[in-house]
Amino acid sequence: MIRTSAPVEAPAAGAWEELVTTALLGTDRRRPPGGAGREAPVALLDAAALQTVRRRAGLRPAPAAGRPEPAPADPRPPLPAAAARRLALLLADRPGTGGGGRRGTAPDLMELLPQWLAAANAHGYAPAPQALPALLDAARGRTDLRPAVLAFAGPRALWLARLNPDWRFALRAAPGGSASLPGPEDTDRIRRLWEEGLFAERVALLAAMRARSPAAARELLAGTWAAERAEDRLMFLDSLRTGLAPEDEPFLEQALADRSRNVRATAAELLSALPGSALAARMAVRAGACVAVDHTRGTPTIVVEAPHECDASMERDGVVPRPPTGRGERSWWLGQLLDASPLDTWSGRLGGRDPREIVALPVADDWQGDLHAAWCRAAVRQRDARWARALLGPPASPGAGGPGAVSLAERAKLLGTLDAGERAEWVAGFIAAHGLSEAFQLLGVCAVPWSAPLGRAVVDALNIARDAGSYPWSFSGVMGLAERCLDPAEASRLDALMAVPDETEDTSPGAGGYWAEAFQRLVTTLRLRSAMARELDPAQPG
Amino acid sequence: MTLQGVRWTADQVLALAPDDASRKAGSKLGAAGPWSEAGSCGEGTVWGLCKGSGSKPYRTVVDIADAAGPAYKCSCPSRKFPCKHALGLLLLWAAGDGAVPPGRAPDWAEQWITGRRERTAREPAAGAAGAGPADPEAARRRAERRAERITAGATELEQRLADLLRSGLASAEQAGYGLWEETAARMVDAQAPGLAARVRELGAIPSSGPGWPVRLLEECALLHLLDQGWLRRDELPPDLAATVRSRVGLPGAADGPPVRDHWLVLAQYDTADTRLTTRRIWLHGTGTGRGALLLSYGAAGRAPELSLPVGLAFDAEIRAHPGSGQLRAALGERFAAPAPTAVRPPGVTTARAAECYGEALRDDPWLESVPVTLAEVVPVQDGEGWQLADAGSEAALPLTPAAVTRPGLWRLVALSGGAPVTVFGECGHRGFTPLTAWPRDGGELVTLC
Repeated sequence: MIRTSAPVEAPAAGAWEELVTTALLGTDRRRPPGGAGREAPVALLDAAALQTVRRRAGLRPAPAAGRPEPAPADPRPPLPAAAARRLALLLADRPGTGGGGRRGTAPDLMELLPQWLAAANAHGYAPAPQALPALLDAARGRTDLRPAVLAFAGPRALWLARLNPDWRFALRAAPGGSASLPGPEDTDRIRRLWEEGLFAERVALLAAMRARSPAAARELLAGTWAAERAEDRLMFLDSLRTGLAPEDEPFLEQALADRSRNVRATAAELLSALPGSALAARMAVRAGACVAVDHTRGTPTIVVEAPHECDASMERDGVVPRPPTGRGERSWWLGQLLDASPLDTWSGRLGGRDPREIVALPVADDWQGDLHAAWCRAAVRQRDARWARALLGPPASPGAGGPGAVSLAERAKLLGTLDAGERAEWVAGFIAAHGLSEAFQLLGVCAVPWSAPLGRAVVDALNIARDAGSYPWSFSGVMGLAERCLDPAEASRLDALMAVPDETEDTSPGAGGYWAEAFQRLVTTLRLRSAMARELDPAQPG
Repeated sequence: MTLQGVRWTADQVLALAPDDASRKAGSKLGAAGPWSEAGSCGEGTVWGLCKGSGSKPYRTVVDIADAAGPAYKCSCPSRKFPCKHALGLLLLWAAGDGAVPPGRAPDWAEQWITGRRERTAREPAAGAAGAGPADPEAARRRAERRAERITAGATELEQRLADLLRSGLASAEQAGYGLWEETAARMVDAQAPGLAARVRELGAIPSSGPGWPVRLLEECALLHLLDQGWLRRDELPPDLAATVRSRVGLPGAADGPPVRDHWLVLAQYDTADTRLTTRRIWLHGTGTGRGALLLSYGAAGRAPELSLPVGLAFDAEIRAHPGSGQLRAALGERFAAPAPTAVRPPGVTTARAAECYGEALRDDPWLESVPVTLAEVVPVQDGEGWQLADAGSEAALPLTPAAVTRPGLWRLVALSGGAPVTVFGECGHRGFTPLTAWPRDGGELVTLC
């Protein structure tokens, strides 16, 4: 309701109040001015009609409330018009806005939003301001989208989020706005924020400092280390994972004597990722005593003698003495020693063999599983590609398909230590040999868009699965990944697969139609992705 | 036939969708995947084959050259109109990324287009011959009988209002909704839908929160004023009498003189109740400076037929409905398809906007709001509510409570970023309802409804 700033005639306002009171009570109880008996209600209505129109016609603007501070300027160039329309379409396709059930031939637009955001951020565009509410709403519902959305949405989104409680998360994610993080030369502000900031602000500050200058971050942390609470110490210590280097060793070595066991364990883990550290050397000595090659047998064989006790010095180096339920003490201790030993030492210890030869050696007394699993963890922790390659083995080997010593999850982690090209090639080889049924987890660690050999292997395998007569939903996970990760340039090679094949005796009823539908969705999505990329890069010819 | 020089935007295409489900389905089909042999020609035809779940693709053609709005043809079995394939095809065409190349229409598309254009060329002649009531005498008698019924209804309503005021509005709170529903039904029987709608709204006021006695008294008084207007319509000036007739709910023909102009579409939005979807389209005459309101109705849950692209202007004739202070008009002949325009409606201050509403009440005291464009206003948070404050003074118009809960508010706030913007909307006694906004830097219009 608009407030009348100053009634034209004061008595009129009083007259209206009088009319409302009379109307509430009823004319039987209270006589209205200028009418009585049967005519009283009509007289009241006449007067009220006059007053109502009079009041409405006399409305004036109200005094303005305090004005907001203007939003900070966004210097980034605006999105090209076509890309802005695409964003609106992607954002309109929110889960729960209908559909559901079978996926049909239409692409899953919401799934493409992360890619779109990454590309738009890479180009450095700013969104149209009116798109910000929809972007913030999307990020509110999906925490995984938040970093990319907030980076794209820019400073005006933070300005907006201060006005709407629904978008508070944006302020939490960027304490005080990412722009307000002090610069490297601003040591006073850094020191003050570190000493007086909220926990989340301090974690963000430490992470940012660590990325910029690892040594300065470590010194900042060392300055207040003794006064921090145990939970905070754990979080801060964890942020040293970024840019971990031999210079961190003295500080970590000191943290091995921490009061909190979790802090000690994390310090030990970090030290073991530094193969040159004293802790790693101590562990190598311990582990070396447990593993040896026995030349007395027909073929050289690895024999394992697990430790008989977990002494105080082992505990100090982060070995957890009590195994989880169902695990033997000695194999538990062995695993931890092997995890933390530098992989480089094994070659000298085991007869100058290279990693491939070591992994190929037979292992006596059923220790192979424990031994290889521990080496896998060590290869991942120390990011050792040579050992990872040896442990993975050739992709087509039968062991790689069955329940071998190395599980799928471990393989996915080992693949992470290889470079993108080698990773894709290995997974392509794996799929060519073993099909798609176990490939989902491995595909997840491959770089997007997939390299040509990998994409071809996936499409061929899908084609084989179709010809074998299975239903496409057995492969819906891989299909979904292919829609998001296959190089859009592959779309033209897929055209032939969109036709509905003839049904033969050994296919499942109707499967052909569903496959055609799934391939159509794949092709449609790929075309859409290439259109998205073109829209964001208008300078590039399509 | 006009050449279709302008490609539409995706928003304009999506505004054609009959409901949300088709809008969603259509936007999913707006990618090249399922389409083949798509094309368009300069004369305003778009065609394509869309792969569906069956073995034969659907044939979809759209004729966008017709100034009276696009026409669709699709071989799919859907009864929605336009179907998702037609929407998808138009989206693909609107995207303009080469998936719909210019070319010659295939025979199947050409046949339909030619047939349709011949039919539409013949139709106006046939329509003109059949116009006019068959029997003017019978029509007059029917109108008289209806007026008598409405008079009886208005008299009865006066009685009920007097009873209510006699026992007091406080009793209305206890009586609840049923009393009003029954009275509204009596007004429907009396063939006075305008009165019935007002009575139904009275029923909701006692539960509408603090200050309800004031609102209830206001609405009772205005209903009483309308009853009295109807009962004494012979004594009123003809224009005001026409306003009373239309407020009571008598249909009136749009018989004003035709006004030809380039009409800028300012806003289009739907409101729905259980029976009916009402679409309101606000126009601004770029030459005459006139405002006009087009109304279009659809069954509940269905989109009304008339849809105009917001932000574009089109050359057309409109005819005003009778009655003083009435902006309602009917769309007559359209001479060209909508095209972009740089024209913006001239804006006023908040004080002038409030005056506009006051002046309009002189011609139509039942008016809820008037269309106004505010120049240089900043959205400002005021406790739970929001205001539009003049950039140059300390005056502000509050937004209506309903407008504060809509997502459009946040688009407006984001667009402004604390800086002045131009806002078109409805200004009335409840406050201001923003419908459309323009950024200060001359950027494109942003819809808020």
